[in-house]
Amino acid sequence: MIPGPFSYHRPVTVADAVKLLSTLGDEARPLAGGHSLVPMMKLRLASPEHLVDLHGIAGLKGIRRDGNTIVIGAMTTQHELLASDEIGMSLPILDETVLLIADPQVRYRGTIGGNVANGDPGNDMPALMMTLGASYRLEGASGAREVAATEFYQGAYFTALEPGELLTAISIPVPAAGHGYAYEKLKRKVGDYATAAAAVVLTMAGGKVVTCKIGLTNLSETPLLAEDAAKVVIGTSLDPASLKKASAAAVAIMSPASDARGPVEYRKHVGGIMVTRALQRAAGRAR
Amino acid sequence: MNDMTPTREQREAKLEGMGCKRKRVEDIRFTQGKGNYVDDLKLPGMLHGDFVRSPHSHARVKKIDDTEALKVPGVLAVITAETLKTVNLAWMPTLAGDVQMVLADGKVLFQNQEVAFVVATDRYAADDGINKVVVEYEPLPVVIDPFKAMDKDAPVLREDLAGKTTGAHGPRKHHNHIFEWTVGDKDLTDAAFRKAEVTIKEMISYHRTHPSPLETCQCVCSFDKIKGELSIWGTFQAPHVIRTVVALIAKIPEHKIHVISPDIGGGFGNKVGAYPGYICVAVASIVTGKPVKWVEDRIENLTATSFARDYHMTTEIASTKEGKVTGLRVHVLADHGAFDACADPSKWPAGFFNIVTGSYDFPTAHLSVDGIYTNKAPGGVAYRCSFRVTEAAYCIERAMDILAQKLGMDPAELRLKNFIKAEQFPYHSALGWEYDSGDYHTAMRKMMETVDYAGLRKEQAALRAAFKRGETREIMGLGVSFFTEIVGAGPSKNCDILGIAMFDSCEIRLHPTGAGIARVGSKSQGQGHETTWAQIIATEIGIPADDIMVEEGNTDTAPYGLGTYGSRSTPVAGAAIAMAARKIKAKAQMIAAYKLEVHEDDLEWDIDGFRVKGLPEKTMSMKDICWAAYNSVPPGMEPGLEAVSYYDPPNMTYPFGAYICVMNIDVDTGVYKVRRFYALDDCGTRINPMIIEGQVHGGLTEAFAIAMGQEIRYDADGNVVTGSFMDFFMPTAVETPHWETDFTVTPSPHHPIGAKGVGESPNVGGVPAFSNAVNDAFSFLGSTHIQMPHDYWRNWKAAKDLGVFA
Ligand SMILES: Cc1cc2nc3c(=O)[nH]c(=O)nc-3n(C[C@H](O)[C@H](O)[C@H](O)COP(=O)(O)OP(=O)(O)OC[C@H]3O[C@@H](n4cnc5c(N)ncnc54)[C@H](O)[C@@H]3O)c2cc1C
Repeated sequence: MIPGPFSYHRPVTVADAVKLLSTLGDEARPLAGGHSLVPMMKLRLASPEHLVDLHGIAGLKGIRRDGNTIVIGAMTTQHELLASDEIGMSLPILDETVLLIADPQVRYRGTIGGNVANGDPGNDMPALMMTLGASYRLEGASGAREVAATEFYQGAYFTALEPGELLTAISIPVPAAGHGYAYEKLKRKVGDYATAAAAVVLTMAGGKVVTCKIGLTNLSETPLLAEDAAKVVIGTSLDPASLKKASAAAVAIMSPASDARGPVEYRKHVGGIMVTRALQRAAGRAR
Repeated sequence: MNDMTPTREQREAKLEGMGCKRKRVEDIRFTQGKGNYVDDLKLPGMLHGDFVRSPHSHARVKKIDDTEALKVPGVLAVITAETLKTVNLAWMPTLAGDVQMVLADGKVLFQNQEVAFVVATDRYAADDGINKVVVEYEPLPVVIDPFKAMDKDAPVLREDLAGKTTGAHGPRKHHNHIFEWTVGDKDLTDAAFRKAEVTIKEMISYHRTHPSPLETCQCVCSFDKIKGELSIWGTFQAPHVIRTVVALIAKIPEHKIHVISPDIGGGFGNKVGAYPGYICVAVASIVTGKPVKWVEDRIENLTATSFARDYHMTTEIASTKEGKVTGLRVHVLADHGAFDACADPSKWPAGFFNIVTGSYDFPTAHLSVDGIYTNKAPGGVAYRCSFRVTEAAYCIERAMDILAQKLGMDPAELRLKNFIKAEQFPYHSALGWEYDSGDYHTAMRKMMETVDYAGLRKEQAALRAAFKRGETREIMGLGVSFFTEIVGAGPSKNCDILGIAMFDSCEIRLHPTGAGIARVGSKSQGQGHETTWAQIIATEIGIPADDIMVEEGNTDTAPYGLGTYGSRSTPVAGAAIAMAARKIKAKAQMIAAYKLEVHEDDLEWDIDGFRVKGLPEKTMSMKDICWAAYNSVPPGMEPGLEAVSYYDPPNMTYPFGAYICVMNIDVDTGVYKVRRFYALDDCGTRINPMIIEGQVHGGLTEAFAIAMGQEIRYDADGNVVTGSFMDFFMPTAVETPHWETDFTVTPSPHHPIGAKGVGESPNVGGVPAFSNAVNDAFSFLGSTHIQMPHDYWRNWKAAKDLGVFA
């Protein structure tokens, strides 16, 4: 539980950080809250030779509304998301999800950028970002680009980030007024990653589902968008038969690992239940 | 008397003696981060050691190459079994009469076994060093399933024991067999089963788990070459025993060994044993001439230092149709891992498991235990319980529920029918113990009335009917547990550790101004001894608890004691404290008689001093007696006021309690909710009710964790799959249920103050309450026994196996 040797850098601009990352090469890693990276370093599952601490870069923090989009700086902590009135009003599902991430101590340090950039299928933010249709701003030596969350995740700890690139901001379109939402997460205890979790954002009219997105956490190597399941419920009143079909469609794309949280069969089974429960709770909230 | 004279109540209150909810004095430093733990110790020039550990659970060690490690800046030495052989310390004796490798000698027998010890100038360099030691292994077939350990063709684990057909506890039947231990009358028991109207039989497993003190095991050794003295600071629950063990194995004269246990951050049995880390730092210090520190990390703690339980108990009860038990037969397969490092009194290879008849009047019983070797970490320790008592309590409490189910009787009713009656004490159990005192019926009925047991059963019946109609997916269970513990090891007639009787001790020294110090052979790890020991003395000799300093853990100053575990501190050390105090009081009485110019017999004790019978205004306070002890003692008497007592208890003590857990389970996810948990404890005389409540809260939280998920699990290849707090269930305040505590008081008749010990009761009684709740919830669907731990996925699987999703 003692990390290997590393050098520490603390740039004050994005440009400097990008420069450091590209010149130091593969052996350099950005350091955000450190709540995913440092444990891996202590287990020597990660042994970066250089840590580029992003805490000195003022431009990476903050939450602002830009028309119908919420833009969140990568270094905004999970605690700051909870404290923000803007998030509470426009993206209540983000607060609901953040509250299910570990405990206050982790949330004081852990950042949204680190959470989405990490590429751990256990992280809760990625599936939610896919559900909300978010995109990430990536800045590297050759400039900036915008990548949709749905295009970002390629495998466990394997993302669209190119070496030397930094994730600087997250843009989330504000969901329609009156939308229903729910994040259902089954975990063994506070501080545990999901055994299975589902995010739902939907709109309803006349008792029927008009739009629906469903995201799944920790049920595959990457976060998933359960598109078939979402299609199934559109136009329905979420009657038991439709719910059953939707949950079956979601289960069909799940491929979780068997671990101490339970065997594959269990994790898929409860994955289906999380989808059902999230749909029901979201519908109850839609106006 | 004038108006300023304090009333008797005020004088009594000022003492803060027994029965007072005195605030814990040690918390003043603990809550301010001012505790002094082993890892706080920083000696000049101190080095740090860390282990290279085996990734394999069974493998031959072909080669250890330290060339690259020694090139790491700061790395000074790499110690291996070969190094240790030069000082004859490659192996060490265990408390159970076995031997254990300190560092891998030719092979490794469990994952994370200690292979080499890297010594460096700081902890970072040591860790860099261990990553550069290259070890060549040749993997061997493994034995993980205890039920396969004694197969004919099972791999030989302990090659060092080849040809040894007898171990420390008698004959060995197989190369992976350690001992067989039998107790009770086999013929009589077999006969009871032949005649029985009703019998049950079930293999009840208590899975492998691990204590989790906040502070892991750690040690600093400093060898002074000039004086030939070895100082050891460690997280030892029994520092004097460590001193004697070191003297025996390191051949250093015992007076030149100084063992100090500073503040300890929790023990729970984990810190009773002797571990390779201790030997390695001692050798490293002797070799380098510098102090050396070793601090275990959490993964090492969970995977290498002693585990607990791993008992597989095939249990049979014989009974009449009316539910009167007539016989008990238990066979235990005890998985001790790679070395028998069980921390029990030396002559008790399965601890006091023969308390397995529990609170019930079994006319006959028979018990046999087979200890076996597997490729798992060695142990096991008593995790917040007296030796194997929690296994026994779980076994009988689960089995009684199974019998109740078979008889169609209510489990509480069955218990009431079979309890040992109050008038039967002292009670001689079929497996050889003499229970000191108890009133089980009163405790059980109080529990049932408080929680409205009948009402809960009605609610359960209604919910079951609703479940069957498909109106709910929740099921409800009531987990009843009525445990009897055996604690306070123990009488020299049957308890010793490596030949040292399990007495305990206290030395009290009162100073001229009426304050004093008490040094005790026990060692608090969070139990609050500094608070409660002073309370005993306050009541006994009338000096306020605040004026008594309690000191433990330094073997140079504390009288020899056997340490703190197995709920033995209050039963044994607590008795020694009272006895030492009484010696002081006797001398004080002589001094008071001399000063008051009366005969000793004319004096009577009154709260905080003596008064002349019939002349209540003629008094002498203990404070004044202290002063007199240093200037005007009776002619012929030695001055001073101090006493030492070594207490050899005449019997164990037998705390008991009635617990109930009310739980609902969602069958779709397996998620449970503990709706209510009520714990009634009878620990005899209560010294500090607040500390008792705290102990019960802590022990129940551990019991909850163990029953509902906390396990050390190995995969088929012998890899530990629950080796960190991510997967080893450690509940937070959020998951922990609300605890309701209650009590009855049945003092121990043989203990000077009637106290029995309470620290472990909640762990012992709590586990069966949780497990019985889960099992009770599922019983109406047709199950008789579901193994622990009852985590979510296993509850779901139980529901699935019972056809709930069909
Ligand atoms: C006990 C515990 C429980 C937890 N439980 C949960 C949970 O239930 N759900 C959950 O979602 N999370 C959980 N976490 C993780 C927590 O939310 C982390 O804080 C988060 O995953 C990572 O954010 P961070 O700021 O700490 O990133 P870091 O740990 O600093 O970095 C994580 C990775 O992302 C990279 N990185 C960070 N920032 C950037 C950036 N701007 N651009 C490019 N790469 C970047 C780093 O190089 C590193 O590889 C838990 C953590 C702990 C310690």
